[in-house]
Amino acid sequence: MSFISKGFRGRRPPVDPARVPPGQYVTSDFPVLSAGPTPHTPPEQWSFTIRGAVDSPRSWTWEEFTSLPSETPKVDIHCVTKWSKLDTVWSGVSIDTLMEGVATEAGYVTAFCDGGYTTNVPLTDLTGGRAWIALGFGGEPLESEHGGPARLLVPHLYFWKSAKWVRGLELTIADQPGFWEHYGYHDYGDPWREQRYQGD
Amino acid sequence: MAGAALPGRLNWALADVVELRDETPRVRSIVLGCSSWPGHLAGQHVDVRLTAEDGYQAQRSYSIASAPEDEQLLLTVERLEDGEVSPYLVDQLRPGDKLELRGPIGGYFVWRNSLGGPLLLLGGGSGIVPLHAILRHRALSGSSTPARLLYSARSLSEVIYGEQFAALASGGELDLRYTLTREWPSGWGGHRGRVDEGMLRTVSWAPEEHPLIYVCGPTGFVEQVAGGLVALGHDPGAIRTERFGPTGG
Repeated sequence: MSFISKGFRGRRPPVDPARVPPGQYVTSDFPVLSAGPTPHTPPEQWSFTIRGAVDSPRSWTWEEFTSLPSETPKVDIHCVTKWSKLDTVWSGVSIDTLMEGVATEAGYVTAFCDGGYTTNVPLTDLTGGRAWIALGFGGEPLESEHGGPARLLVPHLYFWKSAKWVRGLELTIADQPGFWEHYGYHDYGDPWREQRYQGD
Repeated sequence: MAGAALPGRLNWALADVVELRDETPRVRSIVLGCSSWPGHLAGQHVDVRLTAEDGYQAQRSYSIASAPEDEQLLLTVERLEDGEVSPYLVDQLRPGDKLELRGPIGGYFVWRNSLGGPLLLLGGGSGIVPLHAILRHRALSGSSTPARLLYSARSLSEVIYGEQFAALASGGELDLRYTLTREWPSGWGGHRGRVDEGMLRTVSWAPEEHPLIYVCGPTGFVEQVAGGLVALGHDPGAIRTERFGPTGG
């Protein structure tokens, strides 16, 4: 039983509460959070790589990557800093498309990024139509402060898993904590089980 | 209360509201007593949870303003006009009330003595809060690391912790610079207007001196300052940022 804060009424979400995970509130803004300066990598220097515990690494240039089949997922996103944003529309390449034909024994993935950010996700959470490399948001190219030119999009996990400025996926046999996970954030990060921090 | 963040589950704890201090018309500091607090590092934050009578709950994160050495935990909260939690904390909370919190959280936007310096802190608005914790920790731990602060506020009346910073500056503990973005008194000797590259060049140490840089404020401030420092040649890896979205609550 939680302590009742006398006189606190709060706001109820303006949507079906079943769409809002515990401890979250709905916002129409798109707050920005990141641990360092925003990197700006020009397209000619950009590439995307799948490496690590795979039969052979593969890599795409910006031109090759933007020629891959694109999808436009409409998803709800949930940030560990408590905001949720509903019905966001992205465009991007499904991880299933990128993983086609890749042979691997790996169970986990470390997404790596410009600026040195990393995050860990089980491989099965990135496949099966549940994750994308997003290049667009709301019909426009993804802004750099929101992770452009490309960010990972894994909407069913807290949004720090949707790594900004992503440059590739390192497949690993064992789960290896990424940047925020190293500082005490949860290794899996399911918003519906409120897995914000280690031990949750 | 000195000590590092402890690994393991972060449990909710009930803290006692000991005192409330008006910092500015929109900002209040909350002095908390919390016997089960495990200690924190300067720059970390806590989650605060409010529960309504019908069981509805709301959570928000707030930076810790006190140093690890302080006996009591200090939170400084700005009332956001469209906020859900901050108006309650700023306007309704009274001494003797209790507040549920858990933490400390975050381990990157922190400074401890052993990280060295020189220390370049740039704060916008209520983004000054974790920088206050860092400066207080620096003073209380007896550090001789050179420290410089650029504090961007709308006007002098919106400056938080002005007296504390002035005391550190007059004791030679802090090189204190202000920029006022909307209003300034006649004869104002500090900077005027939003931070730009010229101001950053004036205020920062040269990249060759390898300052450790902490930037905290609204997104626009952080983008401008962190981007400007990178353009001046500072190592992006030495620039730690923390951003307050417009919906911090």
